[in-house]
This record gives sequence, C-alpha cells and structure tokens, in this order.
Amino acid sequence: MSVQSGAPAVAGGGMVRPVGILTDIATVARRSVRSLLREPEAMAPALIIPTFFFLVNIGALESFVERSPGIDYRAFQIPVAIIFAVTGISRASVLVIDIQTGYLDRMLVTPVRRTTLLLGMMVADIVLAISLSLVVIAMGFVAGVRFETGLLGILVFLGLAVAWSLSFTGFPYTVALRTGNPAAVNSSFLIFFPFAFLTPAYLPRELMTGWMQTVAAWNPVTYLLEGMRSLLSGGWDVVAIGKGAAAIGGLGLVTFVMAFRSLARRVATG
Amino acid sequence: MDGVDLNVDAGAIYGFLGPNGAGKSTTVRMLCTLLRPTAGQAAVGGYDVVDDPGEVRIRIGVALQEAALDERQTGREILDLQARLYGLSAPDRAASIARAVDLADIGDAMEDRVKTYSGGMKRRLDLAASLIHGPEVLFLDEPTTGLDPVSRAQVWDEVRRLNGELGVTVFLTTQYLEEADALADRVAIIDGGRIVEEGSPTELKRAVGADVIVVDLPSEAIAPAAAVAETVPEVDAVTQGRRGITIATADGAATVGTVAVALSSAGLHPQSLTVRTPSLDDVFLLATGYRMSAVDSTGGGGGAAATGSDPQHAGRVPASPRSGPP
Repeated sequence: MSVQSGAPAVAGGGMVRPVGILTDIATVARRSVRSLLREPEAMAPALIIPTFFFLVNIGALESFVERSPGIDYRAFQIPVAIIFAVTGISRASVLVIDIQTGYLDRMLVTPVRRTTLLLGMMVADIVLAISLSLVVIAMGFVAGVRFETGLLGILVFLGLAVAWSLSFTGFPYTVALRTGNPAAVNSSFLIFFPFAFLTPAYLPRELMTGWMQTVAAWNPVTYLLEGMRSLLSGGWDVVAIGKGAAAIGGLGLVTFVMAFRSLARRVATG
Repeated sequence: MDGVDLNVDAGAIYGFLGPNGAGKSTTVRMLCTLLRPTAGQAAVGGYDVVDDPGEVRIRIGVALQEAALDERQTGREILDLQARLYGLSAPDRAASIARAVDLADIGDAMEDRVKTYSGGMKRRLDLAASLIHGPEVLFLDEPTTGLDPVSRAQVWDEVRRLNGELGVTVFLTTQYLEEADALADRVAIIDGGRIVEEGSPTELKRAVGADVIVVDLPSEAIAPAAAVAETVPEVDAVTQGRRGITIATADGAATVGTVAVALSSAGLHPQSLTVRTPSLDDVFLLATGYRMSAVDSTGGGGGAAATGSDPQHAGRVPASPRSGPP
C-alpha cells in the first residue's frame, strides 16, 4: 500500500533538520526534569526512608558497634542512607504512563532517536540522585560526620552514589517497557531489598554470620558500601574504590542491556 | 491484517471506514512506522516504512486515538517539545509554535496543564501538535470518536481547511459512516482485516443502486419476503437483516408498489415500507452481510451478525463513544 504526499501543511514546511544525539537527549531530558520539578512530593519517601533508618540504626546500634575499636558508626551509616535514598528511583512510572496514554507513540512517530527516549529520562534520574545524595551528605555533616579524603573525596563519594543509582534504573525501566503496567513498575522496587540488606549495611563483614558473609560477598552493594566508607574514614583506598566502581559497572552493564533491549522490542521499527 | 491493498493519491482525503476491530488502527500504525508489517510493503510519500522510517517520520503528522498528551505539561510545553523532537531550529520553532497556537485556538488555556482541558480542547491541541513540522501527510485515527457534535463539526472543518488550503494529504480512519461520507474523496471499507469495497462515496453508493427500499417485517416473514422480493424484475439485490429486508433498485418510487403487491399476494404483511437513497451502510451491508451501524460500539464486533439491526436507521452515527482500542 502507498500514501502519496501532498504539499507541506504549513508554509516553510520541510524545516525539519537532522540533529545530534545530544540535542535529542536534551529535548527529552527537558521534559523529564520539568515533570520532576513539578512533583517534589515524590521525593519525600526517598528522603524520609533514609533519614528514618539513619536515626534508628544509630539509636539502636551506635554504642554497641563502637565497642569494636576503630568504627565511627555515623560515618559507617551515611553510605547506607545514600543507598536507601537513591536505589530504585527512576522515571519508569512516567514512562509507563506514556505507554498507556499513547504519548510514547506520539514521540515515536517523530524522528527522535529511540535510545534518547530512555537516555533523556535518565538525565532526570541523575538530577534527582544528585539532589538526594546532597541532602543525605548534609545530614551526615549535621550528625558530625567528616570526610577524611576532603572535598575531592566528597565528589568521588557523590559520583559513586549517582552512578549506582543510574545503574539500578535499568530494572524499573525494563519492567516498564516489558509490561507497560504501572502495578508491575511499582512492585519492581522489591528487588531493592536483597540488594540493600544482604550486605554489611549494619555491621562490617567480619562481624556477620557465615552464610550472610557468603551472600554479601556476591552482592555488588557490599563493595559499593565498602568503597564509599573508605572515603569517609579510611583515607584514599584505591582498591576499595575500584571494587565499588567495578560493582556499579557490572550491574549497570546487565541492567542497561536489559533496558535497551526492552526498548528495542517495544519500538518495532528503527 | 490481510489483503489490504490501497493507494492514496497526493492531496486527497482518504477515508478508512470499518467497525471496531476491523484493522483500521493496525493499518495506521504500520503506515506511521509504529508497527512493523510481518509481510507486504507499505510506502508513504515514496519512502518504505520499514527501510526508510526516518524519511517517513519527517513527512507525516499523526494524531492517534484518544488524544495522546502528557497531562502534566501545559499546551505550550507540549507544542515546544514536539517542535524540538522534529529538530526545528529556534526561529523555526517560534514560528511553528505561534502557528500551532493559532490553530489549536484554545486561548489562555495554552498556558494551563493539559489535565484541565476538555476532550475537544485536547483534540485541538493534539491536531495542532501533529502539524507542528509542516507534514505532507496527516494520519488521523478516529479523530472525532467520543467528541460532542459541536467539537466533531470543528474537527471536520479543520480537516477540510488543511486539505483544501494547504494541500495536505489526509488519511483518516473512522467508524462513522457519516464522517467518511462528509469528508473523504475516496473510501475503503475494511472488515475483518480486509478491504471489502473501495471507491468514492458516490461511486460506492451508486453501485448499491439508485434507491433502497427498507421493509420492516416480523422475523418469521423475513426469509419468505426476501424470496418474494427477488422475483420482482426491477429489484437488483435483496439483503436480509434481523428486522427486515433491504432492497436495492434503480427506481425506488416505481418499484415500492410492485414489491408491496408481491408481498401482499404472498400473504406477507410488512410493518413498514420506506424508500430512501443508499448510505455507505448499505454498501457495507451488501459487501459484508451485516450492518456496520448495528455493531455494538463498545465491542470488537468484527464479524458480528446484524444484532439489533434497524433498517430504518442505517447510516446513523452511533451515540455512544467507543471504548478501548480495537
């Protein structure tokens, strides 16, 4: 079948020009960040949960754990609070609404690059992850936590937190693209629990029971926490930081392959 | 989809008419590069939808069913995003958005979030957004489904203006016979994924016959009445429905008397006999054996029998909006 084309609909038609991938990302990101700023209330759980656990964990365990020499338990808990804040945040709930309302189709009939529909949303995820991390770091300062590695250490710490957050977004985006179902996207946060708790979140690994130590050794969050903690209280430990970065990279590789393959499946034609 | 073979000329308004579930939206989604055809070929503006989707996309504007808009953005933000998605430069963008604002004609609401808009306002914004880049071909998937009569008339006027003044080729799907009749230069009637008739509305209706005689009958009398009517020499075709028969003939006024006499002498007594000019629904009836207007508007009744068929009201626009995609 064929449909012939007539004149362009408006004078000066044919203005459409090829644009770079960064322009496409900026276009999608502009909308995503704007919608993020319009729902500050959505940030509330991402701040309440880590604050709550930080206070409760310190209240319950600080004096007990600090019986072991060389542990500053507040510094020990700040990376945990950041992980709780930034793990699982994403624009997947918006993406799934776009799928349901047909707004994704509206974008897909334009020449915009398919991958940028996801990459642009991830820009908003990065903005949110930075904001949440800064709030938690500020909370740490209020609680008396200091970085032995100084300002550069804070920046590396922030970088690890944001990179972790981004690598985890692949899960909810995959669920959104595969199912198109908001309930499934909401349930996808459950995967957060094994990642967050089967780790040395409460105690150093050497104090944990045997089976838990074994499981934690296979959990990327373990290395992320240890890398981040080293920046607070260990001085520059390149090996610990490198292991943390590798854990993020490994998980990110898996989740991004899943998410972008799901995107490719949903958009039928190139 | 199977055996859909069609050619739409540049500058035409092409109507794609059929009940829910007939395959209209699937066809549009293939032509708009949203769905990859499993077999066969489709080209828009000379470009293949599978091999050159990018070339197709910059030439088409698409307003899909149910006005797909992000409710949390304002009308102006949606138009701006749309212009950016097409890669318009800043000056072109400003000019295009200004034109689209005029076209949407929703006043100060342009600065409000879309969630505050009425159905008609959403459609107008959706249409304006789909034209932001000056497309050569405009796809409208059921553009007036669910709209009130006033909004429907506004959309019709807009489609005519876009086609008449600006020469945009329009490919329009509809489940409303009246809409295809009023707007389209050519109509394809689709049922069960196949095109069953194709031509200008006038040609199609002429093919049914110059006139139609609608005979209301008790159900037990329908089959015998059809047999009797077929013996009348002036009768071209007889179709049975649930509440009577429909007779196609060259001259309704002259034939209706003969039919009445023939039925009466066979002991059959019609509840009513009506002569009228054919509608696209009569074309549909002749091609498929059931009336499109009788298909439950909320169900995907592609192959449904003529349940609730009312020969007197053939060609009416269903009162209730359809729900759910086909």
